[in-house]
Amino acid sequence: MKKRTLALFLTLALVGSVLSGCGDGSGNQDVEGNHGYEERKAANEIVVGIAQDLEDSLDPHISASAGSREVLFNIYEGLVKPNSDGELICAVAQDHQISPDGRTYTFQLRPGVRFHNGQEVTAADVVYSIERCADASGGAPLVAAFSVIQEVKAVDESTVTITIAQPDLDFISYLTTAIVPEGYDQLATAPMGTGPFRYVSRSPQENIIIEKFDDYWGEGAKLDKVTYKIYEDSNALLMALKGGSIDLCAHLTDAQASQLDDQQFQILEGTMNLVQAVYLNNKAEPFDDMAVRQALCYAIDRQAIMDFVAGGRGTPVGSSMYPAFTKYFMPELADYYTYDPAKAKELLAEVGYPDGFDMTIMVASNNKPHVDTAEVVAQQLRAVGVNVTIQQVEWQTWYDEAYKGRNYQATIIGVDASNLTARAMLERFVSTDSSNFINYNNPEYDQLFQQAITTTDPEEQTALYKQMQTLLTETAANLYIQDLCDLVAMRQGLTGLVFYPTFVLDLSTIGWTA
Amino acid sequence: MKYAVRKLAMMLLTMLIVSFLAYLAFQIIPGDPTNKILGTEATEEQRQMLREQMGLNRPFLVRYGDWLIHFVQGDLGDSYSYSMPVGEMLAGKLPVTLLLALLAFLITTVVSIPLGIFSAGRGGWVDRVMTVLGQLTMAVPPFFIGIILTYCFGLVLQWFTPGQFVSFSQDPGACLTYLVFPAIAIALPRIAMTVKMLRSGILAELGKDYVRTAHSRGNDRSAILYRHVLRNALVPTVTFLAMTIADIVAGSVVIEQVFAIPGMGRLLFSSISNRDYPVVQAIIVLMAFWVVLVNFLADLINQRLDPRLRLQ
Repeated sequence: MKKRTLALFLTLALVGSVLSGCGDGSGNQDVEGNHGYEERKAANEIVVGIAQDLEDSLDPHISASAGSREVLFNIYEGLVKPNSDGELICAVAQDHQISPDGRTYTFQLRPGVRFHNGQEVTAADVVYSIERCADASGGAPLVAAFSVIQEVKAVDESTVTITIAQPDLDFISYLTTAIVPEGYDQLATAPMGTGPFRYVSRSPQENIIIEKFDDYWGEGAKLDKVTYKIYEDSNALLMALKGGSIDLCAHLTDAQASQLDDQQFQILEGTMNLVQAVYLNNKAEPFDDMAVRQALCYAIDRQAIMDFVAGGRGTPVGSSMYPAFTKYFMPELADYYTYDPAKAKELLAEVGYPDGFDMTIMVASNNKPHVDTAEVVAQQLRAVGVNVTIQQVEWQTWYDEAYKGRNYQATIIGVDASNLTARAMLERFVSTDSSNFINYNNPEYDQLFQQAITTTDPEEQTALYKQMQTLLTETAANLYIQDLCDLVAMRQGLTGLVFYPTFVLDLSTIGWTA
Repeated sequence: MKYAVRKLAMMLLTMLIVSFLAYLAFQIIPGDPTNKILGTEATEEQRQMLREQMGLNRPFLVRYGDWLIHFVQGDLGDSYSYSMPVGEMLAGKLPVTLLLALLAFLITTVVSIPLGIFSAGRGGWVDRVMTVLGQLTMAVPPFFIGIILTYCFGLVLQWFTPGQFVSFSQDPGACLTYLVFPAIAIALPRIAMTVKMLRSGILAELGKDYVRTAHSRGNDRSAILYRHVLRNALVPTVTFLAMTIADIVAGSVVIEQVFAIPGMGRLLFSSISNRDYPVVQAIIVLMAFWVVLVNFLADLINQRLDPRLRLQ
C-alpha cells in the first residue's frame, strides 16, 4: 500500500516538474549551451544550420534552388566568380581578353588549379563544361544565355576561346558557370570542383559534410571541416542554436534572432538580395488598369511592414532592383509613391471603385516573412476599402498556379537574380519572356530592353536599365515593398563572415579566433 | 491455418489499395517533381525533356503498374531529389524511427498498465487528481510537450544537447538518451488515454455478476482482479495499444521535426512536398505494412486472452 502511494507521488513529481519547467523558464538566462562547441573549436570545424535540405540535384549545372547555390558556391568555381563587392574576379582563369568586335573571349587558365581528385584543370575540362551547358540537342541549353555561343575551342593546354553570335556586355557574367572534370558522370551525387572546400558525404534530411581542400590555388579555407545540418522545424533550429549544436546560421527571422543570448552569438545583418513585392497579375481584373495599380501604391506603408515583419529592418525598394546592385539601384524610386491612404481612396473613386473591390493574395505558406507581409498588406488595403483575402498554398501549388500558370490575382514573393546582371532582374518583364509571371506588357519597355542588350557602350546600357526600372515604377507594375534583411547568427569566437550581393554563404573566410 | 492465410491475403490487399490511393492522390493534387529539380527558371522544354526521361509522361496506370512490378521484385527505384536508391536511403532512416516508436511504446505500456490498475482501485482525491492530470496530458499535443521537454532537459538541465542526434552505431548510450525525450513526448498523451481506458474497463468488469460469484466462493480481491477481471479488461486495451503503436509511427513525423531526428518521418514530409514519388510510395507501403502487422499481432494476443474470440 505504501509503495503504491510512493509510486504515485514520484509520477506526479515528474509530470509536475515537466509542466512547471516552462512557467518560470524564461528567467533562466545563465544557460550556457556550450557542450560540444569547445571540441569543434579544437578540431577547427563548425556546424552550419540550414532550414532546408538540398532537394534538387547537386549537379551545379542543373541545380536551381537558392539553397543549393549557397552550399555549392564553396565547392565549385567558374572561369570567373563574384566577389563580395559584386564584381567578377578571375578564378579558374587567370586572365581574359575580349576581341575588339566584342564576340571572341580568350581565357588563359591559371596554372596549378586542381580538381578535388588532384587532377589539374586543363583546357579540355573547360571546353567540356561550357559545351555541356550550351548543348541544345535536348531542346534547350542548361544555361539559357549560352545559346549565343557559336564555338568553344581549346587553343592549347591552357587557353580557351569562346565565340558568341553578337556582342553582349553581360555574357561574361554567365561564365561563373562551374568548371567540372571532363567526362565525370557522378555530378548529381558526388560533387567535384575546384573550390576551397571538397565534398565528403551527405545523409538525406540530416547533413552535408565538406572539408578543406588542401591543394586549393588561392588562399584556402580557414576551417578544416564544415557540417551543414538540416533543421526544417524553426523551433528545433532555435533549440539547437541555444543548446550549442550550431555555430552559424543564416536567414533567421527577427523573432528568432532576438531570442538568442548575445554572450553566445553575434547577430550580423545583411540583405537577402531580392525584391519583395505584391506582384500583380497585370492581365487580371482590376489590375489590368494601370490607374488601379497606381492607386494601391499609395495605400502601402512600407515602414509599417518592415516594423512588423523584421523589427524595422530591411531596405525599401521602388522597382525591380535591389540595393546590392549599386550600379543600377535607384533609391529615389522608393519614394515615388508616398504613403497616403486618403489619396489612394480618392484615386480609386476616380477610376470607378468608390467602394473598393475584392482581391485575393496568394502566398506560399512555407515562407514566414511573405505570409507575415501578406497580413500587414491586407490590413493596409482594407483601410482604403479593398477587401483582401489571403490564400495560403503549398509551394508546389503556388509554383504551378501562380508562377507558371499565371492563374492568380496578386501574390507576395521575393524575386532574386540568378547572376549579377541587371538583365537577370529586368528581362522577366519583357512581354514575351517566359518568366513574365505578372503578364507585364509595355511596348516601350520591350524596346528599351532590346536597346540595352545590344548596345556595346556600358554607360548607355546602365542608363537604359535605369530607364526600364523607372518605367516599372511609373506604370506601377507591382506594389514594391523591400529587400528583406538577412540575419546571421555566428558563435562568439568566430570571425570573417562576408556578405555577398548574391545568395551565397562563403565559408572559406570564416575561422575561429585563437 | 486457414485463418492465417485469410489474414495474410487481407494484409496484402490492404497494402495494395493503400499504395494505389497514394499514387492516385499525387495524380490529383497539383505539382510535379520536375518543379523542384529544375527550379523556377527552367523552360517548358527542359521540363518536358526531364519528364520524358523520368517516364512521367506515360499514362497513370502504366506508371503505377510499372512501379508495382519493380516494387514486388524488390527494386524501390531511385529518389528524384537525391538520385540515390530508395532502399539505401530507407535503410539508414527506418531503424531510427523504429527505435523511437518501440521506445515510445515501451514507455506507454510499462507506465500505463500498472497505473491503470492502480487508479481503478482508488476513489476520492487520488482518483480526481489522476483524472485531471490525464485530461491535461491528453489535451497537450506531443509537439508542444516536445518543446517543453527540450527546454527543461536540454537547455536547463543539459541532459542532452538539443539538435545533436547521435546515431545508434556511433554511440548506443547517447542515442538512447537522446531518443528517450521524444519518446516520452509521444508516449505521454497515449499513457493518459490507455490509463483511462483500462481504468474504466476494470471498473465495468468489477460490477459484473461473475465477480460477485467469485467473491462468494471465497476468492480474495487481488486474485479476482488479476485472474479474472484484468483478462477481460485487457482485450479492448490491447486493441487500443495496437492502434497506438501504429499511430506512434505516423506521429513521429511531427516529433522528428521538433527534435531534428533524421528518421523516416522527416523524409516522408519532405518527399511529399517535393513530389518525390518513389520515396513517398516506399514509406507509405512500409507504414501500411506496419499498421496491418500490428493489428494482426493484436488479434493473436486477444485470442490468447479471450478464448471466445478464437471461435469467430
